[in-house]
Amino acid sequence: MDILTLFVVIPVLTITAILFVKDIKHVRVVSATGMGIQLILAAVLVFMYLSARKAGADEQMLFVRDYLWFVNPNIHYAVGVDGISVVMIALTSVVLFAGIFASWEVEFLTKEFFVSLILLATGVFGFFISIDLFTMFLFYELAVIPMYLLIGIWGSGPKEYSAMKLTLMLMGGSALILAGLLGIYFNSAPEGGQLTFNILEIAKVTIPMSAQRLFFPLTFVGFGVLGALFPFHTWSPDGHASAPTAVSMLHAGVLMKLGGYGAFRVAIFLMPEAAAELSWIFIILTATSVVYGAFGAIVQKDLKYINAYSSVSHCGLVLFAILMMNQTALNGAVIQMISHGLMTALFFALIGMLYGRTHTRMINEMGGLMKVIPFLSVCYVIAGLASLGLPGLSGFVAEMTIFVGAFQHTDVFHRVVTIVAVSSIVITAVYILRVVAILLLGPTTDEHHEHLTDAKWFEKVSVVILIGSVAGIGLAPYWLSSMIGTSLQPIVVKILATNPF
Amino acid sequence: MINFSYTIWILLLPFLVFLLLGLAGHKLKPKLSGLIGTTGLGIITFLSYLTAYQYFFASEKVDGVFQKIIAFNGVWLQLTENLHIDIGILLDPISVMMLVVVTTVSFMVHIYSIGYMHGEKGFERFFAFLSLFSFSMLGLVVATNIFQMYIFWELVGVSSYLLIGFYYTKPSAVRASKKAFIVTRFADMGFLIGILILSFNTKTFDFITLTSLTGPAITQTGGAAFMGLSVITWSMIFVYMGGVGKSAMFPFHIWLPDAMEGPTPVSALIHAATMVVAGVYLVARMFPIYAIAAPDALNVVAYVGAFSSLLAAVIACTQTDIKRVLAYSTMSQIGYMMLALGVSGYGGHDGLGYMASMFHLFTHAMFKALLFLGAGAIIHAVHSNYMTEMGGLRKYLPITHATFLIACLTIAGIPPLSGFFSKDEILTAALHHNKLLFAVEYAVAGLTAFYMFRLYFSIFWRKETHYHHTPHEAPLTMTIPLIILAIGSVFSGFIPFSELVTSDSMPFESHIEMAVAIPSVLIGIAGIGIAYIMYKKETSIPDRLATTFKYSYKWAYNKFYIDEVYLYITKNIIFRYISTPIAWFDRHIVDGTMNLIAFTTQLLSFRIRNYQSGQLQKYGFVFVTGAIALAILFAYLWK
Amino acid sequence: MITGVPVQYFLILATLMFFAGIYGFLTRRNLITMLMAVELILNSVNINFMAFNRYLYPHKMEGMFFSLFVIAVAASEAAVAIAIIINIYRRFATINVEDVNEMKY
Repeated sequence: MDILTLFVVIPVLTITAILFVKDIKHVRVVSATGMGIQLILAAVLVFMYLSARKAGADEQMLFVRDYLWFVNPNIHYAVGVDGISVVMIALTSVVLFAGIFASWEVEFLTKEFFVSLILLATGVFGFFISIDLFTMFLFYELAVIPMYLLIGIWGSGPKEYSAMKLTLMLMGGSALILAGLLGIYFNSAPEGGQLTFNILEIAKVTIPMSAQRLFFPLTFVGFGVLGALFPFHTWSPDGHASAPTAVSMLHAGVLMKLGGYGAFRVAIFLMPEAAAELSWIFIILTATSVVYGAFGAIVQKDLKYINAYSSVSHCGLVLFAILMMNQTALNGAVIQMISHGLMTALFFALIGMLYGRTHTRMINEMGGLMKVIPFLSVCYVIAGLASLGLPGLSGFVAEMTIFVGAFQHTDVFHRVVTIVAVSSIVITAVYILRVVAILLLGPTTDEHHEHLTDAKWFEKVSVVILIGSVAGIGLAPYWLSSMIGTSLQPIVVKILATNPF
Repeated sequence: MINFSYTIWILLLPFLVFLLLGLAGHKLKPKLSGLIGTTGLGIITFLSYLTAYQYFFASEKVDGVFQKIIAFNGVWLQLTENLHIDIGILLDPISVMMLVVVTTVSFMVHIYSIGYMHGEKGFERFFAFLSLFSFSMLGLVVATNIFQMYIFWELVGVSSYLLIGFYYTKPSAVRASKKAFIVTRFADMGFLIGILILSFNTKTFDFITLTSLTGPAITQTGGAAFMGLSVITWSMIFVYMGGVGKSAMFPFHIWLPDAMEGPTPVSALIHAATMVVAGVYLVARMFPIYAIAAPDALNVVAYVGAFSSLLAAVIACTQTDIKRVLAYSTMSQIGYMMLALGVSGYGGHDGLGYMASMFHLFTHAMFKALLFLGAGAIIHAVHSNYMTEMGGLRKYLPITHATFLIACLTIAGIPPLSGFFSKDEILTAALHHNKLLFAVEYAVAGLTAFYMFRLYFSIFWRKETHYHHTPHEAPLTMTIPLIILAIGSVFSGFIPFSELVTSDSMPFESHIEMAVAIPSVLIGIAGIGIAYIMYKKETSIPDRLATTFKYSYKWAYNKFYIDEVYLYITKNIIFRYISTPIAWFDRHIVDGTMNLIAFTTQLLSFRIRNYQSGQLQKYGFVFVTGAIALAILFAYLWK
Repeated sequence: MITGVPVQYFLILATLMFFAGIYGFLTRRNLITMLMAVELILNSVNINFMAFNRYLYPHKMEGMFFSLFVIAVAASEAAVAIAIIINIYRRFATINVEDVNEMKY
């Protein structure tokens, strides 16, 4: 069996194993072991990928496997990875592993919880390894469905409403994506011959312009819904607010990246001509997202809402960078996906831990927690600093790569919009510091909070892994950036072939 | 060639100390962590002095020009083919001078803090932050490219944030730290935009390429003009915006007085001697571009500097919190340095202003750190920040008194103390360039002498105040840095700066211009004299003056209401008129649309569902009717 | 068989029975009565089968077979239906069809 398929098989085996154990404790241990193996596997994959590249493998995708699945339509189970998918897989494993530890204390229907969580992860892993559009879509759906259960059953607040809203909006997005994918499929052989879902095959041809004009917006908006594209982002605040900790982590950390990844891998890569022609509309939308999300976060009172709006802003930046369609900006987009994934997972993990202690997420009901629970508070500050783009943490690397990349356009429009996007760094600082000041600093406002206990070991594991990754990327971004950069080459070549900036 | 590769430790060491104290500090004994921090910084100071010695006196000059030496450089992040962010160490006269300034003051502050912060909660955290700051500031100083500078620029910002908010349980400190960070962050946005524009036009971040006289920034002044200024000029104005923020120039100065909420050693280190001069350093670093390619931007520098120095001096005359007086005085002195850069030309004796600015930066670091540390010793003794609650302290704090007096005389520009020399050079440069600015600076010199001695007399002379417990002199760890800095303040004026730090790294002759020096000394003495009359003994003159000039006094006392304007902008405009409506819009319009779609669908399905009544016979009726209708239809069709 | 009876008579009889069944099915509220109405419909169809078989293909037996099938199916259907009705009665204590509307919406 090839290494990529293992990424789907191991979660499935873990799920099976969970179904056979009885005790809650064993469920946790089995999940943690399974995902630990997954994390190791991801590390092995990174290593194998790098050594294969070093050995001179210069295909766009490595470890390609292709099995025919349906003859008509021509659906394959086709997998393969390039540097971008490899780092996304690594991100997913890290966030998932941390997520398992963050949900260590789930007591209600524990077994089912972990099964759904890992099922969701299976979908995500499958999505990143697929190079066949249909298989990709299948895994995408597999990732979205368990979300409904996870929020609807284990959530808090108006959970049924949120779960329904989130699922419906994402399903609406899926419908657009499916239409777009079929459109691509039926135009995948404009000169006659076998129609195909395979991305690499489709990339070799130029889809007719008339078809692109129709299917690019469909695909982009479809994936954009998941990537919190303004104005289709409103599932995010409600969904995140209601979701249990690990689900918020996975959802904001990984699932939202499916949107960015898909928009980039499918919409931009396969239909660059239409993208170039129509990008201005979406650039305006995404630049709006960036600023609007940040402003929206300023006045929120619920920690999860703040973070959800901040995600809108940061994910808006991902899509913004993707639409800039040059090497540097795309590189920045991928780094931003990774960085935001880790950062926001960290945030949600911490919020979950705070909520577990104070039983509130309203910032005005908390205060002065730094004195009481220093470990968690310091971690929160670090997460905040990463989010506002402090050098040495991953956010800075991502944002600067995007800004510099986006500013390399020769026409004024792109550069002016970039400056608008740059202004978000100030607004981000405002809301982050506001939260830190109200929540953590100052005197302790609620006497019930004076006897809270600091992080337990499993919480520390979860948080430290994430902070370590954030700081690692922030301090030494070169390898990550160049790994992504190399993989971007063929993509950029295709984009630029038709699109000379 | 001397191998300067050891300078890498100047950066690495404080970072390692920070990591050590930050991660394991709470497990160490406070004393040990203080010792680790101080020793680390001692080593760095030694290395910096070694570097300075080797650079200025032992390394070869080519044609009498100090060479720019890249001691170390590595690519940190590759952005495009041409643009890459490097982390490296660039040694040239100003960076080496700044190394000396930063490490000296930082070392003094470390020693001082062992005494000052003794017994405070979070002692090791304090030293960890100090190390982080030292690391960031040194990284900023030795930056080889503008993006590295930006990186460390942000890092000094955050260490300043952490240190101002050191007493995190105190709401005013929290507010001040937040304000400082956000205001400077706003300015940094300008810096970033400036970098983007500059790098877009020059395709490089590298300082040596940028500032080289044949480099793209200077030779390609063209590019699309906007509002009559060239692109390079605009980018330099934006870059300067970052400097305005960090150096607390008008209109971004509002964070500096509030930043005094931090522990006093921090004020001495960050908000007086080192971080706040980063803006000056930035302009000096990019000086060839300003002077040759963007003279309009340089004019902006000059006028902003002059206006800030005047504004701050006026406000300083009315404040009663001693640290705030010093904060405004810092702002005023930095205004001087900005002005000096602004009136300078490039090369040879034209670059007098540049040299004077760097000179003043150096001497100012010494005497202002001394003033702040002295103020710290006084606050330590009296437990109050307000000069109204002080008086007659000269008996209790002899060493502090002596060193404070030296510092006051230095800042007032009394020869032969160092402030006299550097200020004189600035005034001379201003005289040759712009008479208006020259006049402003003369006025500021008088005001400076006045408010400093107002401070001095109010603290150490005037009435005998009754104290709860008798103030006593600070411990040795605090007085030794005072003495060392006092020596620095007295003698640093004799350093021949024009032979070491000049705009084109080429030494030139400079001398004291008597026509400028004598009136400036006289003005200084006049300022001291007025302060003596008004504050030596308790008199009613200050109050009478305050009532006579009631409105102007009130305006100055309330800092010309600039804070209130800012508060209005942030609280009302951003918070109330932008964010709140956006949040509302998002919940009710954008989300409302989504909910409306869902609601419409639901409404429709409610309508439709009535057809599914569960009444078997109704279904049967519909079925039969349908079947008959179909039968008739088919019969009709077949006919 | 009955010679000289025109086929129309059988058809008229079958039609009358059929619509009587339909009418009974749609108007009676008692499930048992409705079941009886359904039997009526089925039997009207049987008569049609027999009549057409006799008049159109007198030498073949398919129509007869079909009627036998229908009778067999009707018998088993009645058995199942009555079982269901008994269960409904047990659950709802009524066999009034209007009250058995759990499956609405």
